[in-house]
Amino acid sequence: MNQIRKGIFKENPVFVIMLGLCPSLAVSTQVINGIGMGVAILVVLLGSNLVISLMRSMVPDTIRIPVFIVVIASFVTIVDLAMQAWLPSLADALGIFIPLIVVNCIILGRAEAFASKNSPFPSLLDAIGMSTGFMLSLLLLATIRELLGNGTMTLEILGIGTTIHVPFLEEHKAVIMILPPGAFFTMGLLMGLFNLIRKKSTGTANTLTWRDAHISHRRRDICCGGLVGRKNT
Amino acid sequence: MSVEAVILLVMSAIFINNFVLAKFLGICPFIGVSRQLDSALGMGMAVTFVLTISSVATWCVYQYLLVPYGLEFLKTIAFILVIAALVQFVELVLKKTSPVLYKTLGIYLPLITTNCAVLGAASINVQKGYNLLMSTVFGLGAGLGFTLALILMAGIRERLEECNIPRVLRGAPIAFITAGLISLAFMGFAGMIKE
Repeated sequence: MNQIRKGIFKENPVFVIMLGLCPSLAVSTQVINGIGMGVAILVVLLGSNLVISLMRSMVPDTIRIPVFIVVIASFVTIVDLAMQAWLPSLADALGIFIPLIVVNCIILGRAEAFASKNSPFPSLLDAIGMSTGFMLSLLLLATIRELLGNGTMTLEILGIGTTIHVPFLEEHKAVIMILPPGAFFTMGLLMGLFNLIRKKSTGTANTLTWRDAHISHRRRDICCGGLVGRKNT
Repeated sequence: MSVEAVILLVMSAIFINNFVLAKFLGICPFIGVSRQLDSALGMGMAVTFVLTISSVATWCVYQYLLVPYGLEFLKTIAFILVIAALVQFVELVLKKTSPVLYKTLGIYLPLITTNCAVLGAASINVQKGYNLLMSTVFGLGAGLGFTLALILMAGIRERLEECNIPRVLRGAPIAFITAGLISLAFMGFAGMIKE
């Protein structure tokens, strides 16, 4: 349980460790897109964590990163094809951000930091925790953006579910919120809010470093253009 | 293909569909490497370089290797491997042939393999069905757009260091809010070209 909880708040992948920023900003225009992206990440992470954990003793250390990337890319391809077949509208909305899950640091980071060192069951729990944190962050971002920008909350897919309309907000749309600048503003303010809450509870306001998140030094330097997440970046 | 179309494609990739500010590709280095102008310039040049040649390489792999054998569904796996190999290769070549260039770009090259802008450009090229010339030009334009955004951001952040920012917003949060303002300004370019 602890394994799952830490991914949601203390080591929230988006607002605290700053992983997977590109998809979070890009797909949070509608609540349903956020959920779709979260589920895609969950499936890929469960699969890659399980497989990498099962073959952790077989992979030589020097070639482990290419091996991880191929495993991850295979699962991403499966999710991509499945989504195009069964949920074409969602696949359209998420666009190239589905294939881009391959270079999402949440996945590679967890493979390197956790799955390659632990047995399958804890690895699966770790995958659930991290992707729940990611999905909740996306949900939060998308809800704020869609409510303010369009006055609605889309929870509808293939005619199942419903779209919630909020009367007052629908008449006073701030369209900027669903455009790119709105994504940056919302992300900045939410990160600030997370800092504020953490400062209240622990006394430090610095964004966690990669090392705090138990990710090795080498990975930190190659992942995501590196340098992200160092103290006060 | 006309010269006009090429210029339009470059302009649109730099200003209207800017990779960072409109398409959200390459956000991590945009936030992570934008604290100083020098490093922003180095990173921007390295990304432009890799984006251009990887656009050519992935286009060739897709058209001459995947399409003839009906293996289009393997494109994500193929692209990421091509990009990773290419980055290593470029690093080796630069080290041997041009020590000066290696000194400027060298430390940024290993960071680029997992930069989503590079894989993103390869996917967009396939999705839009660009030909070889268009793909190359698009890669170059996207890289230049990324560099422009990175340098603008670095210039602003160097000034921000001296400002009195609320403690909780220091670092990444204020960088995102600044990026939002730059993105807002870039939306003004939207009417420049009719697509």
